[in-house]
Amino acid sequence: MSNALSVKNLNVSYLGNVALTNVSFQVDEGALVGIIGPNGAGKSTLIKAMMGLIPSETGKVEILGKPIRKIRKKIAYVPQRNDIDWDFPIHVIDAVMIGTYPHLGLFKRPKKQEREWAYQCLERVGMQDYSKRQIGELSGGQQQRVFLARALAQNADIFFLDEPFVGVDVSSENTIMQILKELQKEGKTTLVVHHDLSKANVYFDELILLNKELIAKGEVTDVLEVNTIQKAYGNPLAFMKNEIGVKQA
Amino acid sequence: MNFIEAIIHYEFLQKALITSVMVGIICGVIGCFIILRGMALMGDAISHAVLPGVALSYMLGINFFFGAVITGVLTAIGIGFVSQNSRLKNDTAIGILFTFAFAAGIILITFMKSSTDLYHILFGNVLAVRPSDMWITLIIGILVIAGVYFFYKELLVTSFDPTMASAYGLSTKLVHYLLMTMLTMVTVASLQTVGIVLVVAMLITPAATAYLLTDRLWVMIYLASGFGVVASVIGLYFSFMYNLSSGATIVLVSTLLFIAVFLFSPRHGFIRKVIKSRKRASLAN
Repeated sequence: MSNALSVKNLNVSYLGNVALTNVSFQVDEGALVGIIGPNGAGKSTLIKAMMGLIPSETGKVEILGKPIRKIRKKIAYVPQRNDIDWDFPIHVIDAVMIGTYPHLGLFKRPKKQEREWAYQCLERVGMQDYSKRQIGELSGGQQQRVFLARALAQNADIFFLDEPFVGVDVSSENTIMQILKELQKEGKTTLVVHHDLSKANVYFDELILLNKELIAKGEVTDVLEVNTIQKAYGNPLAFMKNEIGVKQA
Repeated sequence: MNFIEAIIHYEFLQKALITSVMVGIICGVIGCFIILRGMALMGDAISHAVLPGVALSYMLGINFFFGAVITGVLTAIGIGFVSQNSRLKNDTAIGILFTFAFAAGIILITFMKSSTDLYHILFGNVLAVRPSDMWITLIIGILVIAGVYFFYKELLVTSFDPTMASAYGLSTKLVHYLLMTMLTMVTVASLQTVGIVLVVAMLITPAATAYLLTDRLWVMIYLASGFGVVASVIGLYFSFMYNLSSGATIVLVSTLLFIAVFLFSPRHGFIRKVIKSRKRASLAN
């Protein structure tokens, strides 16, 4: 299996504060990886820096063996829900159709073919009945599914999702997770910023544990270990043992 | 003599009408993107920032279009530079730079011979539109409509989800400055009809009125242009019949349209909201 993603010595500062120090790791093609860590650990910063959306001081990021600016169209990004203006005058189907923009290029408009493709992507997340609703009329889970459909419409090889389960109902969470597993079977690589540790062991094969630096990366069972978790969160975690199955050292 | 007869009779009124209609259309089109991007203050800023350019153009004897576009775009760049390279928020940077440009413009204008020019630039005088001004307005109109037509996709995605736009490699900065250039051109065109001080109303009010009526961007653009045209034509009527300032009458009509829609919009109107919350309250009881 080859590398989908390789990060070397990534250093990022944000408004004078150090956000990430010397982060290096690699992700195999076809992996489903969770990025976890406490609040302010730099999880979103990491994916934004990998995509070149915020400048990094040093470091080298390669995606599918190429620098980011040559591979942008192979990447789909699902933003945090609160980054979006939900009052924007746009219908669900048109929001999904934005996913076809990267491949259309300048001056070309989405046509019937793009509309049909967008509709298929909506069907895949089970939101086809809502295609003519304004996006703000949907529940949090439905909104997240629509944005996943948009990412699917991009026909990407790498998926970045930023906190996709915040404010999302259980059934939407299950749908999203099922699609991520399907993508994995298709050989796509997915990185998910995940807020809480619960279910991390069920959802992902591998975890990246972050707290301004890389604390651990590897198999879920190796990362979800009391000593390692303590290094990132720094507080007693005995209570979590039963709840989320952190292995006692 | 009634208004229709007067239009047929007087060439100056025909020019005024054509100019007003064009200004109404392009203000509506650009205004949609301005309000969706939360840039109302920026619209106000750019409209004031064209003043020094207009004054310089008069002094140099060139058409005011050129000077206005240059100082307008320079101010937009200056605002971007200050807010990105300091801890100041964007609206603060806007406040500093446009008042500076406007103040410089006032000084420059006082060096000019007549003070009626200043009055017309500030408050508009559509009945004094010269043929060359009308042609400039039409050319600007065509450029702006073509710009929005060809870059509709890019304007849409950078307004709705700028992070995704830059993630797939679209330069949001470039789109921003394209929009700022079009905004400046629209402002220049509007100088004739509503003047610098009230341009922002023509940018924002028709677009906001349309925003309360639809959930689709392209419909909003057509509606906003429609409201812009209706306000311009009716405003022109009152301006001509009662010898009032055209800028003021156009903006007042535009505001009346807004109030009507704000109250009665079927989905986003005030009355609908009150009825809805009453219903909810009575259901809860």
